[in-house]
Amino acid sequence: MAKSHVTTSINGQPQEFLCEPGDTLLDVLRNDLNLTGTKEGCGSGDCGACSVTLNGRLVCSCLVLGVEVEGAEVGTIEGVSTGDGLHVIQEKFLEHAALQCGICTPGLIVSAKALLEENPNPTEEEARYYLAGNLCRCTGYDKIIRAVMDSAETLRGVA
Amino acid sequence: MSEAQEFKYIGQRTIRPDGFDKVTGRATYGADLTLPGMIWGKTLRSPHAHAKILSIDTSKAEAHPDVMSVATFKDFVTLQSESAAGTEGAASVLDVARNCLADDKVLYHGHAIAAIAARSERAAKDALGLIEVKYELLPPVLDVEDAMKEDSPVLHDDMFTAGYDEKPSKASNIATRVEMKMGDVEAGFAEADIIVEREFRTPTAHQGYIEPHACTVTYDENGQSMVWCCTQGHFDVRTLTAKVLGMELGKLKVIASEIGGGFGGKTVIYQEPVALVLSKKSGRPVKMVMDREEVFIATGPTSAAKLKAKVGVKKDGTITAMQGWMAYEAGAFKGSPMVPGVMTMFTPYDCPNVLVEGFDVVVNKSKVAAYRAPGAPQAEYAAEMVVNELAEKLGMDPIDLRLKNAAKEGTQTIYGPKLKRVGLVECLEAAKNSPHYQSALPEGQGRGLASGFWFNIGGQSSVSVNMNPDGTGTIVEGSPDIGGSRASMQMMAAEVLQIEPKNLKPIIADTENLPYSQGTGGSRTTFATGMAVIEASEKVVAQVKERAAAVWNVTAEQVEYADGVARNTAGEDSMTLAEVCKNAEKTGGQISGNANINARGAGPSFAVHICDVAVDKETGKVDVTRYTAIQDAGKAIHPGYVEGQLQGGAVQGIGWALNEEYIFNADGVMENPGFLDYRIPLASDLPMIETITVEVPNAFHPYGVRGVGETGIIPPLGAVGYAVGNAIDRKVEELPCSPPRVLALIQNG
Amino acid sequence: MAIVIFSSELQKLTGEEQTRVDAEVFKDIVTEISNQYSALEHDELMKMAVAIDGEIIHTPFLEKVAATSEVHFLYRISGG
Repeated sequence: MAKSHVTTSINGQPQEFLCEPGDTLLDVLRNDLNLTGTKEGCGSGDCGACSVTLNGRLVCSCLVLGVEVEGAEVGTIEGVSTGDGLHVIQEKFLEHAALQCGICTPGLIVSAKALLEENPNPTEEEARYYLAGNLCRCTGYDKIIRAVMDSAETLRGVA
Repeated sequence: MSEAQEFKYIGQRTIRPDGFDKVTGRATYGADLTLPGMIWGKTLRSPHAHAKILSIDTSKAEAHPDVMSVATFKDFVTLQSESAAGTEGAASVLDVARNCLADDKVLYHGHAIAAIAARSERAAKDALGLIEVKYELLPPVLDVEDAMKEDSPVLHDDMFTAGYDEKPSKASNIATRVEMKMGDVEAGFAEADIIVEREFRTPTAHQGYIEPHACTVTYDENGQSMVWCCTQGHFDVRTLTAKVLGMELGKLKVIASEIGGGFGGKTVIYQEPVALVLSKKSGRPVKMVMDREEVFIATGPTSAAKLKAKVGVKKDGTITAMQGWMAYEAGAFKGSPMVPGVMTMFTPYDCPNVLVEGFDVVVNKSKVAAYRAPGAPQAEYAAEMVVNELAEKLGMDPIDLRLKNAAKEGTQTIYGPKLKRVGLVECLEAAKNSPHYQSALPEGQGRGLASGFWFNIGGQSSVSVNMNPDGTGTIVEGSPDIGGSRASMQMMAAEVLQIEPKNLKPIIADTENLPYSQGTGGSRTTFATGMAVIEASEKVVAQVKERAAAVWNVTAEQVEYADGVARNTAGEDSMTLAEVCKNAEKTGGQISGNANINARGAGPSFAVHICDVAVDKETGKVDVTRYTAIQDAGKAIHPGYVEGQLQGGAVQGIGWALNEEYIFNADGVMENPGFLDYRIPLASDLPMIETITVEVPNAFHPYGVRGVGETGIIPPLGAVGYAVGNAIDRKVEELPCSPPRVLALIQNG
Repeated sequence: MAIVIFSSELQKLTGEEQTRVDAEVFKDIVTEISNQYSALEHDELMKMAVAIDGEIIHTPFLEKVAATSEVHFLYRISGG
């Protein structure tokens, strides 16, 4: 079957690729564009390791088809830190030891960033429910939530 | 080693040196390597739980234009059953090979039968349908108690139960029977005023790492074969894979990628030898990545178990006798962690009369693999539930009952030696004084408490500390970093070299760059690899002193080294470490220390957990409302990552106690092989996990370190199970306490 | 002479709870007791871990024992 040609924007940079109709955005990012920061944990939208933003909205890239991002803006973990250094959320994750194996970390950081852009002052419960779609098996979530709450304070200029 | 050590760097919450790569997505994990010309491998798996393989016809697959190679068991070297030094302990290499690709039988739904490598992942998957397998179906054996019956169908004709005085004449599904005892339990029970005896069941549960097994390999006839894979122990991948394929160790390089969780489940091999066969036959690099369903159905979960515990106490709370029985499901091949279960079951207690009997039983489910303190959570769960019930019957505080009978230095263990200095009493006291325990239990909730014990291991670690001409250094070690261990290695080297940790870069070397190093597991890394790092760093300091002495025309004994500076005690001169290293080419060559050790003296880690739960009596849903994990770390090198182990273990145990189980249908097919229905805890399920790190130093480590990685998963089963029972005023005997079970308990009470 | 104390499992093969050994190095102790008790297999014992005065040693091949040492054979634990 002939591949489709897709023109899109990834982390603010124009990007073109060819993909089969059945290829997911996750497949394309990892296998065709070598953006391996986004991870596959389950392939069925249950674990959140593949979290990216699509036109600013948090999605599981394993549930988005490659062809669906034609003309869209995709945000991945690779675009979270600017050239100047780490994003506050990334720094807080490191400070709070909020990662152990690190496989869920890219998805969590993308999700946490989306959370704080939507809700700059979440309660602990709001943060926990927003991030419920990001599974972590190593940390028990405690330090992750602390890192996210601390990031929120810092970004609000309160800390 | 003194107990009140002052440290310059140890004990700080440094930023882990691999952190930048992990928060930016730069770090490369098992599935992240692509090589030029690479093709994809996929596995054909058995649709049946138990069947003879009559024939496998791969000809149609081989004829397909996109298919580049096909592998079956025939491609493995024929082996006699023998031990290979895998991190799993003595493993039968033949069983390992048969698990990677089925031989003459399929023994579980999902058992790998053949593999195809093709130009794309999709083509490989599609071509699997072209392989024709003829089966003779056999009745599946799906429950440990059924498997033990006289008339049960037998998985292996050559399995005769070991552990009886006379070898049985009839093949069985019971691979091994073990009995350990001390004293006289009958006399002990006769002395008891109160006896509680209960039966328990725990489910098949998976380690649940978020990263599926993945590897990229190249086979090279000239002997440069390479495996890149996510593993807890790349040297053991090399050993096992080489044995399965009949390769020489030196011709196989294994590189450990970053690893997305293991918990014991990545101490074994599945795809690596298969991928190498596919690569050999196609002449191309091959990548194999499992999908989530494959991880659940075909990679080792931990054993489901049936357990019995019986404990007798006197009215004053003295435990007079403890007796246990357990049968563990090993899965398709023998080798459940029943023995450690027997050894740990009652070890937190100082009781002279103990008897435990255990059975390792095969069933038609995937072969179990190690899972965090393998065997101990199930066994200690049974013991802790009974001890808690006794405390209730005695009207005694459960901590006081444990304090009265607590294992301590000099306590005789059931497995032979007496304990050296341990920290159970300190953990119990910390639990008693904790804010959690001191707080009143909210109305309607239930509270449970449990202790836990795990041995921890030492073993082989090889390390090289190489100094650069600018005084910075590289710590070359062989322990894949699963939980932040690089930070601890950095600090331990810094403590010896007396320079800022950020000047030392820890790297995980591949199998060609270091001598054999045992895998990351068994709570050994900070202890054993740390010990090697310290020793290697001390050798650097010794060389620094020699070089400075040579420059100053004094002896090395006349040079003292402190705060990163070498000083001439017989004069005024001094040189910083950086200056000595800069001069190294003039004073004899580069400075580097190495240590290849077999670490002994691992200190056990005891833990005590407290759990409060609220139960919705209409739905059976259980919420953990408050949780405290207390554990003895000996010395916390990096407090943040130690706390992380306590919290991570606690939450895995909470999941095991509340929601996680394999649900099999009558054909032995797992009905919930995905994260939606195999429900591990989510961020929204949990409160903060309070931690208290107790430090009772282990005299065998220079800084007092005890491993902490594993013990934390043990107490939650009893703490949560008992809390649920306490909340609904029922006896919890079966885990997990999922809503249907809790409702049934409430309604049938 | 060090004491080797047999676990309840090994007692089934030795018929005794403990024995004293002349040998001072683990590998020689194994030779000595496998000669003394015919049911004990030299190679099986060499695969075991040992506790010497409470310290657990995984690969004890060259380990020395003191005259007052207590020696226990253990299953090797690997962990997860």
